[in-house]
Amino acid sequence: MIRSLSRLTPVLATAAVFLAGFVVCSLIYPNFASLRVVMNLLTDNAFLVIVAVGMTFVIISGGIDLSVGSVIGFTTVFLALAIERWGVPPLAAFVLILVICAAFGAAMGAIIQYFELPAFIVTLAGMFLARGVSFLLSTESLPITADLYAHLSEHALRFGAGARLTVPALIMLVVVLAGMVLLHLTRFGANVYALGGSRTAAGLMGINVGRTTVLIYTLSSVLAGLAGIVFSLYTSSGYSLSAVGVELDAIAAVVIGGTLLSGGYGFIFGSFLGVMIQGLIQTYISFDGMLSSWWAKIATGLLLFAFIAFQQLTLHLARRSRRAPAGAHP
Amino acid sequence: MHATETLPPPLLALTGFSKSFAGFTALDRVDFTLRAGEIHALLGENGAGKSTLIKAMTGVVARDAGTMTLDGVAITPRSAQDALAAGIATVYQEVNLAPNLSVAQNLFLGRQPTRFGLVREGEMRRRARALLSEFGLSIDVSAPLESYSVAIQHIVAIARAVDQSARVLILDEPTASLDAHEVEVLFAAMRQLAARGIGIVFVTHFLDQVYAICDRITVLRNGRLAGSAPVEELPRLDLVRLMLGRELSEATSRRPPASAGESRADVATFRGVGKAGTIAPFDLSLRAGHVVGLAGLLGSGRTETVRLVFGVDPADCGQAEVDGRRAAIGSPREAMALGFGYCPEERKTEGIVAELTVRENIALALQARRGALSPLSRREQDALAAKFIGLLDIRPPDPERPVGLLSGGNQQKVLLARWLATAPRLLILDEPTRGIDVGAHAEIIGLIRDLCREGMALLVVSSELEELVTYADEVVVLRDRAHVARLSGAEIEVSTILATIAQAPACADAA
Repeated sequence: MIRSLSRLTPVLATAAVFLAGFVVCSLIYPNFASLRVVMNLLTDNAFLVIVAVGMTFVIISGGIDLSVGSVIGFTTVFLALAIERWGVPPLAAFVLILVICAAFGAAMGAIIQYFELPAFIVTLAGMFLARGVSFLLSTESLPITADLYAHLSEHALRFGAGARLTVPALIMLVVVLAGMVLLHLTRFGANVYALGGSRTAAGLMGINVGRTTVLIYTLSSVLAGLAGIVFSLYTSSGYSLSAVGVELDAIAAVVIGGTLLSGGYGFIFGSFLGVMIQGLIQTYISFDGMLSSWWAKIATGLLLFAFIAFQQLTLHLARRSRRAPAGAHP
Repeated sequence: MHATETLPPPLLALTGFSKSFAGFTALDRVDFTLRAGEIHALLGENGAGKSTLIKAMTGVVARDAGTMTLDGVAITPRSAQDALAAGIATVYQEVNLAPNLSVAQNLFLGRQPTRFGLVREGEMRRRARALLSEFGLSIDVSAPLESYSVAIQHIVAIARAVDQSARVLILDEPTASLDAHEVEVLFAAMRQLAARGIGIVFVTHFLDQVYAICDRITVLRNGRLAGSAPVEELPRLDLVRLMLGRELSEATSRRPPASAGESRADVATFRGVGKAGTIAPFDLSLRAGHVVGLAGLLGSGRTETVRLVFGVDPADCGQAEVDGRRAAIGSPREAMALGFGYCPEERKTEGIVAELTVRENIALALQARRGALSPLSRREQDALAAKFIGLLDIRPPDPERPVGLLSGGNQQKVLLARWLATAPRLLILDEPTRGIDVGAHAEIIGLIRDLCREGMALLVVSSELEELVTYADEVVVLRDRAHVARLSGAEIEVSTILATIAQAPACADAA
């Protein structure tokens, strides 16, 4: 019981920070503590949460995916062109882009696995590639005027007082739940953790390391594509410069959420909270109205430092308490 | 309990296993037989061929010759997975499990019970508890594996292996990092499995453990089968003789003590130097023109002693004196500054740089001592290489040949040359004749004698007792990580050393 508590410590700490932040904001701005603000938080950050879920899988397996921001940008441009110029029905365009993203992620995973290259380099190349291709397709901001887009943006669960659970937010919540099931309750999920724990041992235990790696990067790219769809719904446009640097926001959220950057430990829910904390800071700044939005970056940076220090500390304490009874063996 | 009388058909039988690597014969027509329900010790010093035999029988390396039957059926596993499927499971000293996953996940990873694609966590835990209770373990199976001791991690690894329908279980030095209590836990599990009819191959270098748990012993030496017998028929002394000694009838020529009478100057003296958990405090004095040999079984603390002397591991007690002055030897750099040199046992991993040429390898230590600011000129390097290639008769005499392409004996000479180039006053040699052909043995021994005559102090670790007695002026015998005896003069005999090593500890290790 105590042991499972200590595994949850980082997530609990993240939750505590989020709640404390929310309380502080509510004390400063009385109308902050409303369902509407919470709902907007979910909607505004939906695409980032979806990417962060994929990133959580990647990081727990001991990898990294730097291409997700570019994949989002590419997706929005592709959707705008496909729907507006090429006359593809929106739903068909969605399916098409997800298939393209899956192939892209699978290719990166295969290169990482079979050429034994570091994920950092391979996904960095993927990042440039995806961004470059979206510029090739179009350098302008392309509005999407399809009926489905207008329809979907009106569609929402309404709770009164302007609180709306929008389609992007709904998709995001489904992704979070599905991600939790996949990571925590399936064989695939256990394999992801095993890879992060020890790649060699996972192989020796009969895990198909290659297949798992390919699947992990496929999943990450598909979720980035889905995030791109959500982003295009949210902005009703496609732009090759959209979502620049989102991969770093996602990594920050995952780490703030208690996932170890070296792999093996972490929870989807933590990443969700990590995004929410970043969203909270952003919302605070927009409530303030005077602060530069760059303060959000500064606050995120400070939080990251604090959380990494906190993780190292808990790891250190956990290891020490483990060694103590086991005897003083080097 | 063990039906050795009726001799049931063997569970696993290997005949004529041979394997050579690049001209070096690691296994030479080795036979090995394992019966169901038997715990069978596989013993031998480093390089005796234990690991190669295990790798050959589990398909990790392909054997050159030999047949293998499991339950009378000929098999040839091509990989560890293959061997596991056939019923041969191996658990290594290094636990190959995912430390961050729960015990239950580790037991069932890849074959978890599922329903609609979801892992049935409760069912998996129930099965994990049932499986571990067979080994007398009742632990929280939902806790991460790394929260448990290495012994329990070993048992989890064993349980996982055995649960995958293993008939034969190979345990490769599972006890190396366990304390006495943990060893007991592991032994209980092993007895349990043997009672179920599983054949266990147990590799260890702790003789006490062999006598505590094994039914039969097979000893390898230099890649050959040195002997195999039921444990009752092989007393400790005979066992040690099998592991270390050749035929005792073989004449061992003691050399006349070269520097007899004149007591030469002390180069270095160690008083009460030791390191907790590694080697008990010892005294050691090393004199010019004097060879001190360290004898003992693998894991007895020989290499550990040498590492303290050379500062590779810092000592945590005692003091060292060099030239009559107190010296702190905290690192190999400091040891080198004092004029020490060290040829480690693991030539390949700790010594030579295989990609560099003979010349570059020889220049390495001297360069390190001079510092990066005063590089050896190419001419100096050429002169150095030419000198030692001639002196040590390194073949082929090509200074620009990558060392990796030389034979084992010549690699050893290059390593020796590297240290000789620094003109050390104390040279430490760890297994100088390991893994080199017999002809080269004599040359290396000749070199040791020459160096000694020139007034160098030598500290030599060797498992080759016949060789040790021919050149050592003093032999320190080690057992269980302590120096237990110091032999000199006429006491230096193979039989005396063997007897000293084989003496059972006064009391069973309570530590």
